[in-house]
Amino acid sequence: MDGVHDMGGMHGMGPVTQEEKEPVFHGDWEKRIFAINNAISALGVRNIDESRHARERMNPGKYLSSSYYEIWLDGLVRVLSEKGLISEAELEGVVAPKPVSTPRPALKAEDVDAVMDKGATYVTAEGKAPSFRIGQEVRARNIHPAGHTRLPRYARGHKGVIVADYGPHVFPDASAHGKDAPQHLYNVKFASTELWGRDGTEGDFIYIDLWDDHLEAL
Amino acid sequence: MSSDHKHGDPLPETVLRVKALESLLVEKGLVQTEALDALIDRYETKVGPQNGAKVIARAWTDPGFKERLLKDGSAAIAEFGFSGAQGEELVAVENTDAIHNVVVCTLCSCYPWPVLGLPPVWYKSAPYRARVVREPRAVLAEFGLDLPKEREVRVWDSTAETRYLVIPKRPEGTEKMSAEELEALVSRDSMIGVTEALSPADLKEEA
Repeated sequence: MDGVHDMGGMHGMGPVTQEEKEPVFHGDWEKRIFAINNAISALGVRNIDESRHARERMNPGKYLSSSYYEIWLDGLVRVLSEKGLISEAELEGVVAPKPVSTPRPALKAEDVDAVMDKGATYVTAEGKAPSFRIGQEVRARNIHPAGHTRLPRYARGHKGVIVADYGPHVFPDASAHGKDAPQHLYNVKFASTELWGRDGTEGDFIYIDLWDDHLEAL
Repeated sequence: MSSDHKHGDPLPETVLRVKALESLLVEKGLVQTEALDALIDRYETKVGPQNGAKVIARAWTDPGFKERLLKDGSAAIAEFGFSGAQGEELVAVENTDAIHNVVVCTLCSCYPWPVLGLPPVWYKSAPYRARVVREPRAVLAEFGLDLPKEREVRVWDSTAETRYLVIPKRPEGTEKMSAEELEALVSRDSMIGVTEALSPADLKEEA
């Protein structure tokens, strides 16, 4: 979706503001929403792409005026509601919590390190045959899907060169919508001047990870 | 960005909503309070940029390790026991006299947790995400890094599950320092690529 989350290249955002000696979390609520979000992952009720797509659908005005953990909160409530695990009425306490079942049990404290150290797998055993090879010149497709995509707007329609083939991977644009379309993931090098024209910088490059379906041969 | 409630001053309804969400999820048996506490402790005290500093200091002092790190980042950091969530497919990119690398996630907040911990607020902010792909040199200058024109800038946009770690240049005048001493020079920002590593003189100033 062409949402406000897809920020690469936008003007008007102001300077990058750093915070001296920034703590890992600002306040307890950030700690709790960070931890809740990760604990929920252990249940197997939503994948990372559904999670990202839920955040992208935050009201755009609110997205721009929210801190990142507020965006996480909004997205988590949205995706858990869509999965039928919680409801707004339950959150507001106007109805009693309804029992639910999940593919896997709740994460236990003693398993936290092992689960986080293990992580997840996005590499797939199979996938459609690669359409491109390292060194090949390609073009990022000019597509504007209404759903989730990891092809940033600023790259669309522009020429780049395949510099790495990371092999078959889960395709987020499908996976965010409950579909499976494993395919090769590549790293694609774009010249700054190709992306930004005369406002780019000669000799500088932007490297973007893109999937087979994001690209077309020249 | 219109709001000024972002740094430790959340809206009261946000705080209440997080509390309501946690209570509801605990009551439904979907999360356990102790597990949440353990997750917070892990990223506040165990997993942070001190991990990445160990990796980089080793790469500076052990050419064999640097080669392994550049070849397969995840396998190399696993030699230190660092692995897992948000670092499953780690790729290290090396700064040289000719090339400067900098990392961003324009679409969300992707960041190599096992080596850097959780991202600072500015990394996830609209200004950084919007600008660093279009005008990286201007953004780096705001971090105090003025790059010569002839040094190539490479911006890595983390659009997949690949996570990028910058190997900063080893500062001059550190030839006699051990890997352990060098760790103090490897700042978080230098591993994102918005600054160079600290010099021994910078370290003295900080102390």
